[in-house]
Amino acid sequence: MTAVKKKGSQTLMMADPPYIASWASIVGPKESEGPWVKDFDLIMEDYLWEEASWEKTETKMLRETIKLALSNQNLQPQDAELLLAGDLLNQIISSSFAAREINIPFLGLYGACSTMAESMVLGSLLIDGGYFERVVASASSHHYTAERQFRFPSEQGVQKVPSSQWTATAAGAVVLQKSGTGPRITSVTIGKVVDMGQNDGANMGGAMAPAAADTIKTHFQDTGKVSDYYDLIVTGDLGAVGMTLLGELFIQEGVMPTPNFSDCGVLLYDGLQGVDSGGSGCGCSACMLAGPLLRKMQNGEINRLLFVATGALMSPISTYQGESIPGIAHAVAIENI
Amino acid sequence: MGPKSEELLKNAQQEEYHHLVNRVKPKPPILQNCIWAFIVGGLICVIGQIIMNYLLNIGLNKVDAGSLTSIIMIFLGALLTGLGLYDDLGQKAGAGSIVPITGFANAIVASAIEFKREGYIFGVGARIFSIAGPTLVFGFVASVLIGLIRLIMIS
Repeated sequence: MTAVKKKGSQTLMMADPPYIASWASIVGPKESEGPWVKDFDLIMEDYLWEEASWEKTETKMLRETIKLALSNQNLQPQDAELLLAGDLLNQIISSSFAAREINIPFLGLYGACSTMAESMVLGSLLIDGGYFERVVASASSHHYTAERQFRFPSEQGVQKVPSSQWTATAAGAVVLQKSGTGPRITSVTIGKVVDMGQNDGANMGGAMAPAAADTIKTHFQDTGKVSDYYDLIVTGDLGAVGMTLLGELFIQEGVMPTPNFSDCGVLLYDGLQGVDSGGSGCGCSACMLAGPLLRKMQNGEINRLLFVATGALMSPISTYQGESIPGIAHAVAIENI
Repeated sequence: MGPKSEELLKNAQQEEYHHLVNRVKPKPPILQNCIWAFIVGGLICVIGQIIMNYLLNIGLNKVDAGSLTSIIMIFLGALLTGLGLYDDLGQKAGAGSIVPITGFANAIVASAIEFKREGYIFGVGARIFSIAGPTLVFGFVASVLIGLIRLIMIS
């Protein structure tokens, strides 16, 4: 017995591809100094945005991004039927607390930095399955909430190494609809957890690159598409180091997506912003997609995009217990059709 | 392929990937970091020495001058942390600003600032030593061991 809409081992094809009818992104001060400032909907002037703690700020960022994404089509939060959201914090409090105020049915997700792709995978399946007409998929991260949870206090004088990455302060949301206009999600590939035994917390790109390679390779195998089918294949937050590693893995696997291959973590910042290997965090790929990338699709600069958000599925506890860092990546094919 | 050979293959693949990562990963600029650590760490010590000499000159004895110098250096480390400058210094100087007593002050004050929003008991109180704690624990252990050694050698 084969599932009708499943192709190959891990790819699910949309019978009636859902539309990305609108989207929005909110970013922090550092992200606004990068090359994409005009493509984000709102820039926070500081890291607190009139809130009493960074956690509260992240909740506000996510909540306002969701509202903005809907209001970009003149809709209210209650016009959406389901909210899918996730973030990096323990018990995904940013998402749950944002959902508390949005007041529509909510499913909280955790896929580390792959969450934006995870929420879009599930959202598009729920729409194509005929269960919903309009679903909001979103994700967020905040530099200082992530730092204190995964690393050091912000004022701690530690030296970063060149392979380390900078967790983005950003949130992104897309409104997926059964009908409407806009780019459409044509297929999704759900990734496997891949662990190549990496345990360097200062080189997340290295831990996640094998998962990205596996998902992208599987996507092409499953769909039978040639690797230059897409105008752009963009990974989530591999950073410069992870992207180089992914390139090497592509050569080993015989996949050659270059030159149309990049990474949100590499794109988000200017090289001179002191972010070492690049950006990371759920918000990194979320704001790049729900900002510059979808805008380029709207303008027709990109017509076929493979969005592959990547996540490192460790916690501080697993790291202290000597576990290696498992990676995951989900692919979402977005096309103007 | 049996489970044994599958595991061997996986290990071999992980090892191969590990080599690839090591080849690709940029190396930290060790020489540059060492020079910065030397300059900044040295400067911190020079400042400490200037304070110490001044205190000796105004007539304090050596023990009191030493204690007061430590107190002043800890204060300076804490102040620079509170002003948000010590982390920038640490990014440049690495061990040069971590090893001196000012770095210890930084570790404690940074934690105190960080966890203040969770309140004074479960925030500041519980987590103020989250970074400096290991130094204290093993410092105490070392002092006990050295105390025992001294006791045995003297008796």
